[in-house]
Amino acid sequence: MSHVLDEAYYKQLHDLQAVDFVLVELNLYLDTHPGDEAAIAQYNQFAELRKRIAEQFESQYGPLMNFGHSLSRAPWQWKEAPWPWQV
Amino acid sequence: MWAYEKKLQYPVRVSKCDPLMAKFLMEQYGGADGELAAALRYLNQRYTIPDKVVGLLTDIGTEEFAHLEMIATMVYKLTKDATPAQMKAAGLGDHYAAHDSALFYTNAAGVPWTASYIAAKGDPIADLYEDIAAEEKARATYQWLIDMTDDVDLQDSLKYLREREIVHSLRFREAVEILKDKQDQRIYF
Repeated sequence: MSHVLDEAYYKQLHDLQAVDFVLVELNLYLDTHPGDEAAIAQYNQFAELRKRIAEQFESQYGPLMNFGHSLSRAPWQWKEAPWPWQV
Repeated sequence: MWAYEKKLQYPVRVSKCDPLMAKFLMEQYGGADGELAAALRYLNQRYTIPDKVVGLLTDIGTEEFAHLEMIATMVYKLTKDATPAQMKAAGLGDHYAAHDSALFYTNAAGVPWTASYIAAKGDPIADLYEDIAAEEKARATYQWLIDMTDDVDLQDSLKYLREREIVHSLRFREAVEILKDKQDQRIYF
């Protein structure tokens, strides 16, 4: 199944993927450089920014995560398409 | 435990139906140096490796599952509109006979994934060298996949994955150095 979504969806998804890329990179870097305080500060700063971007995305397009990490409206939103490979 | 996020790590777009390229991409789905092997290799090594590098193996192993989903998305998008005749012409007739358009963990030649693709020696240096080699082999495969398609959208996603292999290899090399520093202290081994 393919799903047609508006431009704003792709823009917001892109913003989330961009901030998550920064976080993955910093995370792996810190795994082997655990004493770099500037990198830890940057990690925490981006983690806060990530929360805001994810909340904004979820308020419009539904939960990003299952098992209690995201809230749902009724009816249950988690099982709704699109799934990642459909967009 | 693991949590799932309903998004790809990086966008996957394809500009045409191309079952032949999908066949080649299966090398990174269920092949020896593919993303399934990578995820299972690193996550399985965690239990017997020194604490100092368990975090790194956990994080890279987890990221590999995100890459597996990206490869699956590529294969799905490249084959979803293909007719049986097109699948057959692309060398996917054998696959189609057994699986229709369903994905399956095989390499590009159709050989099913096997645990013998991965190693766990229990020796931290041996395991990390295995991981570095795996990343370099995956990087090389991504380059050859990029060279085999003229689909710039697909190339973009493959280039992202190629770069991730380079970063993972670098981090594993650093992990080796971290353990080498402690090699005289037998408590770590």
